[in-house]
Amino acid sequence: MKPNTPSLLSANAPVLDAAAIDRALRRIAHEIIERNPDLGSVILAGIPSRGVEIAGRLADLIESLGKVRVGTGAIDVSMHRDDVGTRPELPRVQASTLPLPLENKTVIIVDDVLFTGRTARAAMDAIGSFGRPARIQLAALIDRGHRELPIRADYVGKNLPTAPGEQVRLRLEDVDGEPDAVWLIKEEKS
Amino acid sequence: MTGPAKSEVRWQRKDLLGIRELSAQEITFILDTADAFKEVGTREIKKVPALRGKTLVNFFVEPSTRTRTSFEIAAIRLSADVINISASSSSLIKGETLKDTAKILEAYHADLIVLRHSSSGAPQFLAERLKSSIINAGDGAHEHPTQALLDLYTIRSRKDRIAGLHVVIIGDILFSRVARSNIFGLIKLGARVTLVGPSTLVPREFEKLGATVTHNLDEVLETADVVNLLRIQHERQRKEYFPGIGEYIHLFGLTKERGKRLKPDCLIMHPGPINRGVEIDSELADGAQSVILEQVTNGLAIRMAVLYLCGGIAT
Repeated sequence: MKPNTPSLLSANAPVLDAAAIDRALRRIAHEIIERNPDLGSVILAGIPSRGVEIAGRLADLIESLGKVRVGTGAIDVSMHRDDVGTRPELPRVQASTLPLPLENKTVIIVDDVLFTGRTARAAMDAIGSFGRPARIQLAALIDRGHRELPIRADYVGKNLPTAPGEQVRLRLEDVDGEPDAVWLIKEEKS
Repeated sequence: MTGPAKSEVRWQRKDLLGIRELSAQEITFILDTADAFKEVGTREIKKVPALRGKTLVNFFVEPSTRTRTSFEIAAIRLSADVINISASSSSLIKGETLKDTAKILEAYHADLIVLRHSSSGAPQFLAERLKSSIINAGDGAHEHPTQALLDLYTIRSRKDRIAGLHVVIIGDILFSRVARSNIFGLIKLGARVTLVGPSTLVPREFEKLGATVTHNLDEVLETADVVNLLRIQHERQRKEYFPGIGEYIHLFGLTKERGKRLKPDCLIMHPGPINRGVEIDSELADGAQSVILEQVTNGLAIRMAVLYLCGGIAT
Protein backbone atom coordinates (compact mmCIF):
# COMPACT_ATOMS: atom_id res chain seq x y z
CA MET A 1 0.00 0.00 0.00
CA LYS A 2 1.25 3.46 -0.90
CA PRO A 3 1.89 5.93 1.89
CA ASN A 4 -0.56 8.80 2.32
CA THR A 5 0.08 11.95 0.41
CA PRO A 6 -2.51 14.32 1.87
CA SER A 7 -1.97 17.09 -0.63
CA LEU A 8 -2.96 14.79 -3.48
CA LEU A 9 -5.79 13.16 -1.56
CA SER A 10 -7.64 16.43 -1.24
CA ALA A 11 -7.83 16.71 -5.04
CA ASN A 12 -11.15 16.29 -6.80
CA ALA A 13 -10.72 12.80 -8.22
CA PRO A 14 -12.60 10.16 -6.20
CA VAL A 15 -10.51 7.36 -4.65
CA LEU A 16 -13.24 4.91 -5.73
CA ASP A 17 -15.55 5.42 -8.67
CA ALA A 18 -18.78 3.54 -9.42
CA ALA A 19 -16.97 0.63 -11.11
CA ALA A 20 -14.51 0.29 -8.22
CA ILE A 21 -17.34 0.30 -5.68
CA ASP A 22 -19.14 -2.39 -7.65
CA ARG A 23 -15.98 -4.53 -7.78
CA ALA A 24 -15.49 -4.11 -4.03
CA LEU A 25 -19.08 -5.20 -3.33
CA ARG A 26 -18.75 -8.21 -5.65
CA ARG A 27 -15.68 -9.32 -3.77
CA ILE A 28 -17.51 -8.99 -0.44
CA ALA A 29 -20.43 -11.00 -1.87
CA HIS A 30 -18.04 -13.79 -2.95
CA GLU A 31 -16.43 -13.83 0.49
CA ILE A 32 -19.79 -13.99 2.27
CA ILE A 33 -20.77 -16.98 0.10
CA GLU A 34 -17.40 -18.64 0.73
CA ARG A 35 -17.50 -18.20 4.50
CA ASN A 36 -21.16 -19.06 5.02
CA PRO A 37 -21.97 -22.46 3.49
CA ASP A 38 -25.45 -22.19 4.99
CA LEU A 39 -26.42 -19.03 3.09
CA GLY A 40 -30.08 -19.51 3.97
CA SER A 41 -29.37 -18.56 7.56
CA VAL A 42 -27.62 -15.29 6.66
CA ILE A 43 -29.28 -11.94 7.39
CA LEU A 44 -27.74 -8.69 6.16
CA ALA A 45 -28.51 -5.90 8.64
CA GLY A 46 -27.74 -2.48 7.15
CA ILE A 47 -27.07 0.59 9.26
CA PRO A 48 -29.21 3.48 7.87
CA SER A 49 -29.14 4.94 5.46
CA ARG A 50 -26.22 3.93 3.21
CA GLY A 51 -25.59 0.65 5.01
CA VAL A 52 -29.16 -0.38 4.15
CA GLU A 53 -28.54 0.42 0.48
CA ILE A 54 -25.25 -1.51 0.52
CA ALA A 55 -26.94 -4.50 2.21
CA GLY A 56 -29.57 -4.48 -0.54
CA ARG A 57 -26.93 -4.48 -3.27
CA LEU A 58 -25.00 -7.27 -1.55
CA ALA A 59 -28.19 -9.35 -1.30
CA ASP A 60 -28.76 -8.93 -5.06
CA LEU A 61 -25.14 -9.88 -5.81
CA ILE A 62 -25.27 -12.92 -3.53
CA GLU A 63 -28.50 -14.02 -5.20
CA SER A 64 -27.01 -13.78 -8.69
CA LEU A 65 -23.75 -15.51 -7.64
CA GLY A 66 -24.99 -18.03 -5.07
CA LYS A 67 -28.61 -18.54 -6.17
CA VAL A 68 -29.86 -17.92 -2.63
CA ARG A 69 -31.84 -14.91 -1.46
CA VAL A 70 -30.50 -13.89 1.93
CA GLY A 71 -32.62 -11.98 4.43
CA THR A 72 -32.14 -8.23 4.74
CA GLY A 73 -33.09 -5.63 7.30
CA ALA A 74 -32.16 -2.33 8.87
CA ILE A 75 -30.69 -1.78 12.31
CA ASP A 76 -30.79 1.77 13.65
CA VAL A 77 -28.13 2.37 16.26
CA SER A 78 -29.17 5.82 17.53
CA MET A 79 -30.74 4.50 20.73
CA HIS A 80 -27.68 2.39 21.52
CA ARG A 81 -24.95 4.96 21.02
CA ASP A 82 -22.62 5.88 23.87
CA ASP A 83 -22.53 9.62 23.13
CA VAL A 84 -26.10 10.50 24.10
CA GLY A 85 -26.12 13.87 25.81
CA THR A 86 -22.95 15.08 24.11
CA ARG A 87 -24.42 16.32 20.83
CA PRO A 88 -26.08 19.72 20.41
CA GLU A 89 -28.63 18.34 17.95
CA LEU A 90 -30.02 14.92 17.17
CA PRO A 91 -30.60 13.29 13.78
CA ARG A 92 -33.73 11.34 12.93
CA VAL A 93 -34.05 7.89 14.49
CA GLN A 94 -35.40 5.20 12.22
CA ALA A 95 -37.25 2.03 13.10
CA SER A 96 -35.21 -1.17 12.94
CA THR A 97 -36.59 -3.99 10.82
CA LEU A 98 -35.03 -7.42 11.05
CA PRO A 99 -36.46 -10.73 9.84
CA LEU A 100 -37.19 -12.60 13.09
CA PRO A 101 -36.39 -14.79 14.88
CA LEU A 102 -32.61 -14.36 14.95
CA GLU A 103 -31.90 -17.63 16.76
CA ASN A 104 -29.49 -19.87 14.78
CA LYS A 105 -28.96 -17.11 12.21
CA THR A 106 -25.80 -15.34 11.08
CA VAL A 107 -26.40 -11.61 11.18
CA ILE A 108 -23.95 -9.59 9.10
CA ILE A 109 -23.88 -5.91 10.08
CA VAL A 110 -23.38 -3.81 6.94
CA ASP A 111 -21.93 -0.32 7.33
CA ASP A 112 -20.65 2.16 4.77
CA VAL A 113 -17.49 3.41 6.50
CA LEU A 114 -15.84 1.64 9.44
CA PHE A 115 -14.04 4.20 11.61
CA THR A 116 -13.91 4.16 15.44
CA GLY A 117 -15.94 0.96 15.77
CA ARG A 118 -18.47 2.62 18.07
CA THR A 119 -21.30 2.32 15.57
CA ALA A 120 -20.57 -1.39 15.11
CA ARG A 121 -20.60 -1.87 18.89
CA ALA A 122 -23.96 -0.08 19.13
CA ALA A 123 -25.30 -2.25 16.29
CA MET A 124 -24.29 -5.44 18.11
CA ASP A 125 -26.06 -4.14 21.20
CA ALA A 126 -29.18 -3.30 19.18
CA ILE A 127 -29.26 -6.72 17.53
CA GLY A 128 -29.11 -8.31 20.96
CA SER A 129 -32.44 -6.73 21.89
CA PHE A 130 -34.12 -8.65 19.06
CA GLY A 131 -32.79 -12.06 20.00
CA ARG A 132 -29.65 -14.16 20.12
CA PRO A 133 -28.19 -14.93 16.72
CA ALA A 134 -25.70 -17.79 16.35
CA ARG A 135 -23.07 -15.33 15.21
CA ILE A 136 -22.63 -11.70 14.21
CA GLN A 137 -20.22 -10.61 11.48
CA LEU A 138 -19.28 -7.17 10.19
CA ALA A 139 -18.99 -5.93 6.60
CA ALA A 140 -17.89 -2.42 5.60
CA LEU A 141 -17.43 -0.90 2.17
CA ILE A 142 -14.58 1.29 3.47
CA ASP A 143 -12.29 0.71 6.44
CA ARG A 144 -10.56 4.00 7.22
CA GLY A 145 -8.79 2.87 10.42
CA HIS A 146 -8.53 4.75 13.76
CA ARG A 147 -10.40 2.14 15.80
CA GLU A 148 -11.24 3.08 19.38
CA LEU A 149 -12.64 -0.34 20.33
CA PRO A 150 -11.41 -3.92 19.85
CA ILE A 151 -13.46 -4.43 16.69
CA ARG A 152 -12.47 -5.54 13.19
CA ALA A 153 -14.47 -6.17 10.06
CA ASP A 154 -14.93 -9.67 8.60
CA TYR A 155 -15.42 -8.24 5.10
CA VAL A 156 -13.85 -5.02 3.81
CA GLY A 157 -14.42 -3.53 0.37
CA LYS A 158 -11.47 -1.18 0.50
CA ASN A 159 -8.90 -0.33 3.13
CA LEU A 160 -8.40 3.42 3.04
CA PRO A 161 -5.73 4.54 5.50
CA THR A 162 -6.53 8.09 6.57
CA ALA A 163 -5.00 10.85 8.65
CA PRO A 164 -7.07 12.04 11.62
CA GLY A 165 -7.96 15.35 9.92
CA GLU A 166 -9.32 13.68 6.79
CA GLN A 167 -12.87 12.72 6.05
CA VAL A 168 -14.27 9.96 3.87
CA ARG A 169 -17.14 11.15 1.72
CA LEU A 170 -19.31 8.43 0.21
CA ARG A 171 -22.17 9.01 -2.17
CA LEU A 172 -24.52 6.31 -3.44
CA GLU A 173 -26.89 6.86 -6.31
CA ASP A 174 -30.09 5.54 -4.68
CA VAL A 175 -29.53 7.31 -1.36
CA ASP A 176 -27.92 10.60 -2.32
CA GLY A 177 -29.07 11.14 -5.89
CA GLU A 178 -25.42 11.42 -6.99
CA PRO A 179 -23.31 8.87 -8.86
CA ASP A 180 -21.54 6.25 -6.70
CA ALA A 181 -18.16 7.54 -5.52
CA VAL A 182 -15.80 7.75 -2.55
CA TRP A 183 -13.60 10.77 -1.89
CA LEU A 184 -11.00 11.58 0.72
CA ILE A 185 -11.57 15.12 1.94
CA LYS A 186 -8.79 16.95 3.72
CA GLU A 187 -10.19 19.32 6.31
CA GLU A 188 -9.11 22.93 5.89
CA LYS A 189 -6.83 24.17 8.64
CA SER A 190 -8.64 26.90 10.57
CA MET B 1 -35.19 3.54 1.98
CA THR B 2 -35.54 7.17 2.89
CA GLY B 3 -33.12 9.62 1.34
CA PRO B 4 -31.41 12.61 2.86
CA ALA B 5 -34.19 15.05 1.92
CA LYS B 6 -36.31 13.66 4.78
CA SER B 7 -33.51 14.00 7.32
CA GLU B 8 -32.76 17.71 7.00
CA VAL B 9 -34.53 18.68 10.25
CA ARG B 10 -32.58 18.05 13.45
CA TRP B 11 -33.75 18.30 17.04
CA GLN B 12 -32.29 21.14 19.13
CA ARG B 13 -34.66 21.70 22.09
CA LYS B 14 -33.94 20.70 25.68
CA ASP B 15 -37.52 21.38 26.82
CA LEU B 16 -40.99 20.53 25.59
CA LEU B 17 -43.28 23.21 27.00
CA GLY B 18 -46.07 23.36 24.46
CA ILE B 19 -47.12 22.67 20.89
CA ARG B 20 -47.62 26.35 20.15
CA GLU B 21 -43.88 27.06 19.84
CA LEU B 22 -43.10 24.01 17.68
CA SER B 23 -42.88 24.18 13.90
CA ALA B 24 -44.78 21.71 11.74
CA GLN B 25 -41.40 20.15 10.89
CA GLU B 26 -40.53 19.67 14.55
CA ILE B 27 -43.91 18.06 15.25
CA THR B 28 -43.43 15.70 12.31
CA PHE B 29 -39.90 14.97 13.52
CA ILE B 30 -41.26 13.86 16.92
CA LEU B 31 -43.94 11.70 15.27
CA ASP B 32 -41.30 10.04 13.04
CA THR B 33 -39.06 9.45 16.05
CA ALA B 34 -42.02 7.86 17.85
CA ASP B 35 -42.32 5.38 14.95
CA ALA B 36 -38.84 4.12 15.81
CA PHE B 37 -39.66 3.89 19.51
CA LYS B 38 -42.91 2.08 18.85
CA GLU B 39 -40.82 -0.59 17.18
CA VAL B 40 -38.78 -0.96 20.40
CA GLY B 41 -42.01 -2.06 22.10
CA THR B 42 -42.16 -5.06 19.74
CA ARG B 43 -38.65 -6.30 20.54
CA GLU B 44 -37.84 -9.25 22.72
CA ILE B 45 -35.98 -6.86 25.03
CA LYS B 46 -38.08 -3.70 25.19
CA LYS B 47 -35.39 -1.55 26.68
CA VAL B 48 -32.67 0.55 25.06
CA PRO B 49 -29.71 2.25 26.78
CA ALA B 50 -30.37 5.70 25.29
CA LEU B 51 -30.75 7.56 28.61
CA ARG B 52 -28.58 5.29 30.74
CA GLY B 53 -27.16 7.22 33.68
CA LYS B 54 -29.75 10.00 33.42
CA THR B 55 -32.17 10.75 36.25
CA LEU B 56 -35.77 11.65 35.53
CA VAL B 57 -38.03 13.19 38.13
CA ASN B 58 -41.76 12.78 37.64
CA PHE B 59 -42.91 15.85 39.50
CA PHE B 60 -46.71 15.76 39.64
CA VAL B 61 -48.12 18.57 41.71
CA GLU B 62 -51.57 17.77 40.31
CA PRO B 63 -52.84 14.20 40.61
CA SER B 64 -52.48 11.93 37.59
CA THR B 65 -52.13 8.22 37.22
CA ARG B 66 -52.04 7.46 33.53
CA THR B 67 -49.78 10.27 32.34
CA ARG B 68 -47.35 9.69 35.19
CA THR B 69 -47.32 5.94 34.58
CA SER B 70 -46.82 6.46 30.86
CA PHE B 71 -43.82 8.74 31.46
CA GLU B 72 -42.45 6.31 34.02
CA ILE B 73 -42.62 3.30 31.70
CA ALA B 74 -41.19 5.39 28.86
CA ALA B 75 -38.26 6.47 31.03
CA ILE B 76 -37.61 2.92 32.25
CA ARG B 77 -37.56 1.62 28.65
CA LEU B 78 -34.93 4.26 27.91
CA SER B 79 -32.85 3.07 30.91
CA ALA B 80 -33.22 6.32 32.86
CA ASP B 81 -33.56 6.20 36.64
CA VAL B 82 -36.97 7.46 37.76
CA ILE B 83 -38.09 9.20 40.91
CA ASN B 84 -41.76 10.05 41.47
CA ILE B 85 -42.76 13.04 43.52
CA SER B 86 -46.43 13.82 44.02
CA ALA B 87 -48.07 16.86 45.57
CA SER B 88 -48.90 15.03 48.78
CA SER B 89 -45.35 13.77 49.28
CA SER B 90 -43.58 16.98 48.37
CA SER B 91 -42.56 19.88 50.51
CA LEU B 92 -44.82 22.15 48.46
CA ILE B 93 -47.51 21.17 50.90
CA LYS B 94 -45.31 22.47 53.70
CA GLY B 95 -45.08 25.85 52.02
CA GLU B 96 -41.95 25.50 49.90
CA THR B 97 -42.13 27.49 46.66
CA LEU B 98 -42.00 25.80 43.27
CA LYS B 99 -38.68 27.46 42.60
CA ASP B 100 -37.11 26.17 45.79
CA THR B 101 -38.38 22.65 45.19
CA ALA B 102 -36.99 22.80 41.67
CA LYS B 103 -33.61 24.02 42.93
CA ILE B 104 -33.50 20.98 45.21
CA LEU B 105 -34.22 18.69 42.25
CA GLU B 106 -31.42 20.34 40.33
CA ALA B 107 -29.07 19.92 43.25
CA TYR B 108 -29.77 16.19 42.96
CA HIS B 109 -28.68 16.46 39.31
CA ALA B 110 -32.06 15.60 37.85
CA ASP B 111 -31.46 15.56 34.09
CA LEU B 112 -35.13 15.59 33.16
CA ILE B 113 -38.09 16.95 35.08
CA VAL B 114 -41.57 15.96 33.94
CA LEU B 115 -43.90 18.52 35.48
CA ARG B 116 -47.65 18.47 35.96
CA HIS B 117 -48.87 21.62 37.64
CA SER B 118 -52.17 23.41 38.18
CA SER B 119 -50.68 26.76 37.15
CA SER B 120 -50.31 27.64 33.49
CA GLY B 121 -46.72 28.54 32.73
CA ALA B 122 -45.14 26.58 35.60
CA PRO B 123 -43.01 24.45 33.21
CA GLN B 124 -41.75 27.54 31.44
CA PHE B 125 -40.90 29.12 34.79
CA LEU B 126 -38.67 26.13 35.57
CA ALA B 127 -37.21 25.88 32.07
CA GLU B 128 -35.96 29.45 32.29
CA ARG B 129 -34.25 28.79 35.62
CA LEU B 130 -32.90 25.25 35.49
CA LYS B 131 -30.34 23.41 33.40
CA SER B 132 -32.51 20.27 33.50
CA SER B 133 -34.77 19.42 30.57
CA ILE B 134 -38.37 20.31 31.43
CA ILE B 135 -41.21 18.32 29.91
CA ASN B 136 -44.70 19.75 30.35
CA ALA B 137 -47.09 16.99 31.42
CA GLY B 138 -50.01 19.41 31.65
CA ASP B 139 -50.05 22.91 33.13
CA GLY B 140 -53.36 24.41 34.23
CA ALA B 141 -55.61 25.13 31.27
CA HIS B 142 -52.57 25.93 29.09
CA GLU B 143 -51.03 22.95 27.29
CA HIS B 144 -50.58 19.19 27.46
CA PRO B 145 -48.17 18.70 24.56
CA THR B 146 -47.51 14.95 24.82
CA GLN B 147 -51.25 14.22 24.79
CA ALA B 148 -51.65 16.24 21.58
CA LEU B 149 -48.62 14.53 20.04
CA LEU B 150 -50.00 11.08 20.80
CA ASP B 151 -53.38 12.11 19.37
CA LEU B 152 -51.68 13.37 16.20
CA TYR B 153 -49.62 10.19 16.03
CA THR B 154 -52.72 8.01 16.41
CA ILE B 155 -54.56 9.93 13.67
CA ARG B 156 -51.56 9.77 11.35
CA SER B 157 -51.01 6.05 11.88
CA ARG B 158 -54.69 5.30 11.09
CA LYS B 159 -55.28 7.80 8.29
CA ASP B 160 -51.72 8.08 6.86
CA ARG B 161 -52.06 11.86 6.92
CA ILE B 162 -53.33 14.76 8.97
CA ALA B 163 -53.56 17.54 6.38
CA GLY B 164 -57.06 17.93 5.01
CA LEU B 165 -58.80 15.87 7.70
CA HIS B 166 -61.79 17.27 9.57
CA VAL B 167 -61.26 16.84 13.30
CA VAL B 168 -64.12 17.59 15.68
CA ILE B 169 -63.24 18.21 19.32
CA ILE B 170 -66.21 17.97 21.66
CA GLY B 171 -66.61 19.14 25.23
CA ASP B 172 -65.10 21.54 27.69
CA ILE B 173 -62.68 23.40 25.46
CA LEU B 174 -62.30 26.43 27.71
CA PHE B 175 -60.64 24.60 30.60
CA SER B 176 -58.93 21.96 28.47
CA ARG B 177 -55.19 21.99 27.97
CA VAL B 178 -55.63 18.86 25.83
CA ALA B 179 -57.91 20.79 23.46
CA ARG B 180 -55.55 23.74 23.27
CA SER B 181 -52.49 21.64 22.43
CA ASN B 182 -54.52 19.62 19.92
CA ILE B 183 -55.81 22.75 18.19
CA PHE B 184 -52.28 24.13 17.77
CA GLY B 185 -50.91 20.84 16.46
CA LEU B 186 -53.78 19.96 14.14
CA ILE B 187 -53.84 23.39 12.52
CA LYS B 188 -50.05 23.47 12.08
CA LEU B 189 -50.26 20.13 10.28
CA GLY B 190 -53.09 21.30 8.04
CA ALA B 191 -56.22 19.72 9.54
CA ARG B 192 -59.61 21.46 9.70
CA VAL B 193 -60.70 21.76 13.34
CA THR B 194 -64.24 22.22 14.64
CA LEU B 195 -64.88 22.77 18.34
CA VAL B 196 -68.25 21.77 19.75
CA GLY B 197 -69.76 22.32 23.20
CA PRO B 198 -71.91 24.60 25.32
CA SER B 199 -71.34 28.28 24.54
CA THR B 200 -70.06 28.81 28.09
CA LEU B 201 -67.32 26.23 27.54
CA VAL B 202 -66.59 26.86 23.85
CA PRO B 203 -66.37 30.62 23.39
CA ARG B 204 -66.06 32.19 19.95
CA GLU B 205 -62.59 33.43 21.00
CA PHE B 206 -61.21 30.10 19.84
CA GLU B 207 -61.85 31.04 16.23
CA LYS B 208 -58.80 33.29 16.55
CA LEU B 209 -56.68 30.13 16.73
CA GLY B 210 -57.99 29.06 13.33
CA ALA B 211 -60.69 26.62 14.46
CA THR B 212 -64.42 26.74 13.73
CA VAL B 213 -66.76 26.98 16.72
CA THR B 214 -70.26 25.53 16.81
CA HIS B 215 -72.75 24.65 19.52
CA ASN B 216 -74.62 22.16 17.39
CA LEU B 217 -72.98 18.72 17.35
CA ASP B 218 -75.51 17.22 14.94
CA GLU B 219 -74.51 19.51 12.09
CA VAL B 220 -70.86 18.34 12.05
CA LEU B 221 -71.14 14.60 12.77
CA GLU B 222 -71.42 13.47 9.16
CA THR B 223 -68.33 15.28 7.87
CA ALA B 224 -65.98 14.34 10.72
CA ASP B 225 -62.92 12.16 10.01
CA VAL B 226 -62.04 12.14 13.70
CA VAL B 227 -64.08 12.95 16.81
CA ASN B 228 -62.05 13.65 19.91
CA LEU B 229 -64.15 13.63 23.07
CA LEU B 230 -62.83 15.47 26.06
CA ARG B 231 -63.55 14.32 29.56
CA ILE B 232 -65.97 16.46 31.52
CA GLN B 233 -63.63 17.65 34.22
CA HIS B 234 -66.08 17.68 37.10
CA GLU B 235 -63.31 18.80 39.41
CA ARG B 236 -62.78 21.97 37.37
CA GLN B 237 -66.41 22.77 36.56
CA ARG B 238 -68.25 25.65 38.05
CA LYS B 239 -72.03 25.42 38.21
CA GLU B 240 -72.66 28.46 36.07
CA TYR B 241 -70.55 27.07 33.19
CA PHE B 242 -71.88 23.55 33.01
CA PRO B 243 -75.46 22.76 31.98
CA GLY B 244 -75.95 19.57 34.03
CA ILE B 245 -75.25 15.98 33.03
CA GLY B 246 -78.64 15.16 31.49
CA GLU B 247 -78.70 18.21 29.29
CA TYR B 248 -75.04 17.73 28.34
CA ILE B 249 -75.64 14.15 27.15
CA HIS B 250 -78.73 15.31 25.25
CA LEU B 251 -76.85 18.06 23.41
CA PHE B 252 -73.21 16.93 23.24
CA GLY B 253 -72.95 13.27 24.25
CA LEU B 254 -71.78 10.80 21.58
CA THR B 255 -74.82 8.57 21.95
CA LYS B 256 -75.56 5.38 19.99
CA GLU B 257 -77.85 7.35 17.68
CA ARG B 258 -75.21 9.96 16.96
CA GLY B 259 -72.63 7.19 16.49
CA LYS B 260 -74.67 5.80 13.58
CA ARG B 261 -74.40 9.10 11.73
CA LEU B 262 -70.58 9.12 11.78
CA LYS B 263 -68.70 8.09 8.66
CA PRO B 264 -67.85 4.36 8.90
CA ASP B 265 -64.14 5.17 9.01
CA CYS B 266 -64.43 8.07 11.45
CA LEU B 267 -62.07 7.57 14.41
CA ILE B 268 -63.38 7.99 17.95
CA MET B 269 -60.76 9.29 20.38
CA HIS B 270 -60.73 10.13 24.06
CA PRO B 271 -57.77 11.14 26.24
CA GLY B 272 -59.26 9.29 29.22
CA PRO B 273 -60.32 8.61 31.83
CA ILE B 274 -63.73 8.06 30.21
CA ASN B 275 -67.00 8.95 31.87
CA ARG B 276 -68.99 6.12 30.27
CA GLY B 277 -72.49 7.18 29.37
CA VAL B 278 -71.63 10.88 29.60
CA GLU B 279 -69.24 12.02 26.85
CA ILE B 280 -69.57 8.73 25.06
CA ASP B 281 -71.85 5.73 24.90
CA SER B 282 -70.23 2.73 26.56
CA GLU B 283 -70.52 0.45 23.51
CA LEU B 284 -69.07 3.08 21.19
CA ALA B 285 -66.10 3.47 23.52
CA ASP B 286 -65.31 -0.23 23.03
CA GLY B 287 -66.41 -0.38 19.38
CA ALA B 288 -64.50 -0.84 16.14
CA GLN B 289 -64.15 2.90 15.49
CA SER B 290 -62.68 3.56 18.92
CA VAL B 291 -58.89 4.01 19.05
CA ILE B 292 -58.84 4.87 22.75
CA LEU B 293 -56.52 2.01 23.73
CA GLU B 294 -54.23 2.67 20.76
CA GLN B 295 -53.87 6.20 22.12
CA VAL B 296 -52.48 4.72 25.34
CA THR B 297 -49.97 2.49 23.51
CA ASN B 298 -48.95 5.32 21.21
CA GLY B 299 -48.55 7.61 24.21
CA LEU B 300 -45.70 5.43 25.38
CA ALA B 301 -43.89 5.73 22.03
CA ILE B 302 -44.45 9.50 21.94
CA ARG B 303 -43.12 9.95 25.47
CA MET B 304 -40.07 7.80 24.73
CA ALA B 305 -39.42 9.96 21.68
CA VAL B 306 -39.80 13.22 23.62
CA LEU B 307 -37.61 12.06 26.51
CA TYR B 308 -34.98 10.74 24.11
CA LEU B 309 -34.90 13.98 22.12
CA CYS B 310 -35.00 16.49 24.98
CA GLY B 311 -32.84 14.38 27.30
CA GLY B 312 -30.42 13.28 24.60
CA ILE B 313 -28.99 16.59 23.50
CA ALA B 314 -26.06 18.32 25.13
CA THR B 315 -27.10 21.09 27.49
